[in-house]
Amino acid sequence: MAKLLLYLTLATSLIPLFSVAFSPENPTDRRVLVLVDDFAIKSSHSLYFGSLTSRGFQLEFKLADDPNIGLQRYGQYLYDALVLFCPSVERFGGSIDVASIVDFVDSGHDLIVAADSNASDLIREVATECGVDFDEDPAAMVIDHINYAVSNFDGDHTLIASDDFIKADVILGSKKIEAPVLFQGIGHSLNPANSLVLKVLSASSSAYSANPKSKLSNPPSLTGSAISLVSVVQARNNARILITGSLSMFSNRFFRSGVQKAGSSIKHEKSGNEQFLTEISKWVFHERGHLKAVNVRHHKVGESDEPAIYRINDDLEYSVEIYEWSGTSWEPYVSDDVQVQFYMMSPYVLKTLSTDQKGHYSAEFKVPDVYGVFQFKVEYQRLGYTSLSLSKQIPVRPYRHNEYERFLPAAYPYYGSAFSMEFSIKDSDMFSGVTDLFYVVSDADGWFLYLHHRSPLQQVDFYFRC
Amino acid sequence: MVGKTESQNGAVKATAAPAMNLESDLFSNFSFKSFKLKTKQQELLLRVSILGLVYILAFITRLFSVLRYESMIHEFDPYFNYRTTLFLTEKGFYEFWNWFDSESWYPLGRIIGGTLYPGLMVTAAFIYWTLRFLRFAVHIREVCVLTAPFFASNTTVVAYFFGKEIWDSGAGLVAAAFIAICPGYISRSVAGSYDNEGVAIFALLLTFYLFVKAVNTGSLAWALASAFGYFYMVSAWGGYVFIINLIPLYVLVLLITGRYSMRLYVAYNCMYVLGMLLAMQIRFVGFQHVQSGEHMAAMGVFFLMQVFYFLDWVKYMLSDTKLFQAFLRITVTSAVAVGALALGVGTASGYISPWTGRFYSLLDPTYAKDNIPIIASVSEHQPTAWSSFMFDFHILLFLFPAGLYFCFKKLSDATIFIVMYGLTSMYFAGVMVRLILVATPAVCLISAIAVSATIKNLTSLLRTKSKTAVAGSSKGTGGSKASSKASFDQSQPFQKNGAIALLLGAFYLLSKYATHCTWVTSEAYSSPSIVLAARGAHGNRVIFDDYREAYFWLRQNTPPDAKVMSWWDYGYQITAMGNRTVIVDNNTWNNTHIATVGRAMSSYEDEAYEIMRSLDVDYVLVVFGGVTGYSSDDINKFLWMVRIGGGVFPVIKEPDYLVNGDYRVDKGAAPKMLNCLMYKLSYYRFGELVTEYGKPPGYDRARGVEIGNKDIKLEHLEEAFTTSNWIVRIYKVKPPNNRW
Repeated sequence: MAKLLLYLTLATSLIPLFSVAFSPENPTDRRVLVLVDDFAIKSSHSLYFGSLTSRGFQLEFKLADDPNIGLQRYGQYLYDALVLFCPSVERFGGSIDVASIVDFVDSGHDLIVAADSNASDLIREVATECGVDFDEDPAAMVIDHINYAVSNFDGDHTLIASDDFIKADVILGSKKIEAPVLFQGIGHSLNPANSLVLKVLSASSSAYSANPKSKLSNPPSLTGSAISLVSVVQARNNARILITGSLSMFSNRFFRSGVQKAGSSIKHEKSGNEQFLTEISKWVFHERGHLKAVNVRHHKVGESDEPAIYRINDDLEYSVEIYEWSGTSWEPYVSDDVQVQFYMMSPYVLKTLSTDQKGHYSAEFKVPDVYGVFQFKVEYQRLGYTSLSLSKQIPVRPYRHNEYERFLPAAYPYYGSAFSMEFSIKDSDMFSGVTDLFYVVSDADGWFLYLHHRSPLQQVDFYFRC
Repeated sequence: MVGKTESQNGAVKATAAPAMNLESDLFSNFSFKSFKLKTKQQELLLRVSILGLVYILAFITRLFSVLRYESMIHEFDPYFNYRTTLFLTEKGFYEFWNWFDSESWYPLGRIIGGTLYPGLMVTAAFIYWTLRFLRFAVHIREVCVLTAPFFASNTTVVAYFFGKEIWDSGAGLVAAAFIAICPGYISRSVAGSYDNEGVAIFALLLTFYLFVKAVNTGSLAWALASAFGYFYMVSAWGGYVFIINLIPLYVLVLLITGRYSMRLYVAYNCMYVLGMLLAMQIRFVGFQHVQSGEHMAAMGVFFLMQVFYFLDWVKYMLSDTKLFQAFLRITVTSAVAVGALALGVGTASGYISPWTGRFYSLLDPTYAKDNIPIIASVSEHQPTAWSSFMFDFHILLFLFPAGLYFCFKKLSDATIFIVMYGLTSMYFAGVMVRLILVATPAVCLISAIAVSATIKNLTSLLRTKSKTAVAGSSKGTGGSKASSKASFDQSQPFQKNGAIALLLGAFYLLSKYATHCTWVTSEAYSSPSIVLAARGAHGNRVIFDDYREAYFWLRQNTPPDAKVMSWWDYGYQITAMGNRTVIVDNNTWNNTHIATVGRAMSSYEDEAYEIMRSLDVDYVLVVFGGVTGYSSDDINKFLWMVRIGGGVFPVIKEPDYLVNGDYRVDKGAAPKMLNCLMYKLSYYRFGELVTEYGKPPGYDRARGVEIGNKDIKLEHLEEAFTTSNWIVRIYKVKPPNNRW
């Protein structure tokens, strides 16, 4: 029963992990639905789509207002990921609406949202649900008069060359992105109440968000590096979301175009868009940064079976195996900062797990001298990685009544005095009014009670032991 | 046992109950003559058959609850006792003794073996095993349900012997009959009321009886027996503290009144020393006998006895009176000084623990109210209303002083004991409602003395005239006394008629008592409180079985390791019936933990959510009577949650929930009240419901008002289950928002 309980605890704690994608053993998304405003995007953004298909994704293009689209059928999701390249859609066709997209994410699927200036309320709503707010002015664009990209046709400095990336190799790949990324579109800010959303590409401190065509009468509501150009969210169930205010940054034109940042002499032959977006799509579609923990085990030192309950001051060993998904196979995850807590309302033991570099992590520690219902907790949250949150409940009991020492050295004088009393009392007539004699001998384990009949002392009438 | 009684009665046969004598004479004239039974045998037969009938009566009068409802465990605490008994029968004593329960008091857990009085469980398990051994295939629940009535029957036997010991066998029989149906006792011992008290009153009375017997006889065997009786009592109920304080007090009174004897010395010393050592075997009691302030009186009296004995011996050895006087002065002074010093050092060093709050609240009834809300919040800890004395004792309340009069008239060691028992327990009964139970045996015994003595006097008055001719051989001391009285009274012509009238009056009162007791048992004390009954609009019985509905829902629909938060009243029931882990339960050992739950219930939802997350709460259970008009629901208990929560966490302030000192739930209620978690969970969706014809929707029938917040939105919780009459509502705690 207790074992079953433990198993269930384990199972429930792992559910969020497993539900990340279509198959927990193969977390990379396979089937992707791409919703577009019109099919021209299919050709104008073919480089980006091409990189996805070449990595094995099955893209399904649909018009956003196609009346036959739907994310699920008979309760089963048809897709592992959704790409919204339809910034101007006012109403989705079929059964898709904001709630169904949110449900899609909440059941562990990934989402890419690309908006544009004049993004529809619908897209804004999806973004708000994910913790980012696009500039309320529908005509607003991000303008940067210092860090704009030098180009022949753009005079209002809305084509921005940004290289303010998040410092996370997991998200952007280990290869440094040399060229700035071209961005043209609407800016957004992160909702401060949301702790999960991350700015991947932020605007420079000189940027602001306003309508480039009209005169700036009021101070812009979004300014400086508070403006995020590209943001990602990793939900608690490890679903990943990418939100950007520029659809054109995915386009072939931006992929191919060279870039020269204003004021900079370096002219890059090719913008960083392709590398940036390819790498980040690998992250979003779980080709990178996806961890799994398996074989969570604990047992007493020197034993191998998992007990249903520990005793205080037991020495125990806790082990877990952590693997990272490389896109095709599970590789051992190597790190020296995985910690286990022995937790009951607060951690009583906090210990760093040692690793054998093959994915196996383990630690030995002593159960604290406190009984109660503890949990083995591994809360491993690292930037870009899926969060590992393992908890396994285990009760810790105090000593049983016969697990204490049988004879206490400190009690020997009492044992001695009890027996000497027995001998000395033998001939005494002290208890003449009493017909029976009794002796009580105590030890660490309880009390002996001897009742002797008065005449022959050797004959023990009654022997009581608790 | 009967044979033994018989042989003892040989010496005191004349003290047989006069009421019986009358009957036995009647019978002997007609039917029994032909069987050629001697008077002594007739009397014995009558006594045994009366006792047997009382024994059966005591059992069957407690079966109302089974007939009205079903064979089920009642109330709150009995569910814990039932659960532990089940564990004991399944896993055996060793596992039971060392049971660490991880399903209650999450995440602290509870050492069950070390924090309960195992007497009840072991008794029930023993009965169960015996029945199984005899090839009776019973379920443990049946045994548990019937344990209390069975022990109530046994109590009547003890009451008989006790009454016989302190007065005569007539008083014993009357006492047995009184205690068999006394509502004060029945309230705690109906079938299904599987609580410690059911067994403990038997043990209490047995210990007292055996101790009085030991004092009367001076026999070590009886003292030993009373020590074992005490051991059983200690193993069964925390009320043993009453014994360990009453007996020393009694001994002290005897010492002061100059009734010190060797009999007393033997009885008390043996009982105290052995009883103490035996009591230490109970893990929950442990070393309290030598370390707790509540037990120090017994130890002090024990040493005082030794000083007395020693002085006696010195007095015997010293012939010089003057020398002895000086010696006495020195000894007593130094003994008192040493005792006081030891007590002072022990208390100051913390070796002797100070008195507990419960003990203080007995001596000072206002103490709990001011200092320990968790004790004051329990309804059975409230001071007793005079009406409940009347309800529980009926005529015994008037007979009690009369019995005291008789006791004082014939003072002996035994009657002094029963007087002291009666007076102290009556005081405690006045302080706390539940202690009426402890007073009941004393009241029954003393009243029985009154009834027995009065009727005996009256009947002997009646019989003297007819008996003058046939001076009965069975006439003993009482008879001769009565006859002398009668001869004196012969000058009064209406004396006989008066006696008849008085007798009739007495029988009328007694029959009224019997009617009252039966009525009370059937109407008031047989409700299991887990199944509620009400009268429908057409006078039909409506049963609300919502509690069990909810607990079985929990059992069937929640994960096995789900943690349920509720107010502590329902903890035992949830673990026993729902088989789910609870945060707090009726074993209120950790005030902070209860206060945390109280704080969560009285906070706003988002604050409460943090607390619930930190306690890993999966479900919240509230009890709500607004639909049915069930008044002991959580909203009515809510102020206690606020008080207990505020006692530990000062952020919770009682005035925030009151309006001008008024507690209300309607539109005029305090804003914090209208938005706290308990209010929200109780009244969620209630605003849409029409409960009573002609009233607006959201009309709370338990409090008779229209609720003040009808538009309740829950953010972090969602309704999981509400029972058919809305009495129990269960909410699921949502996981944190996925994307935030």
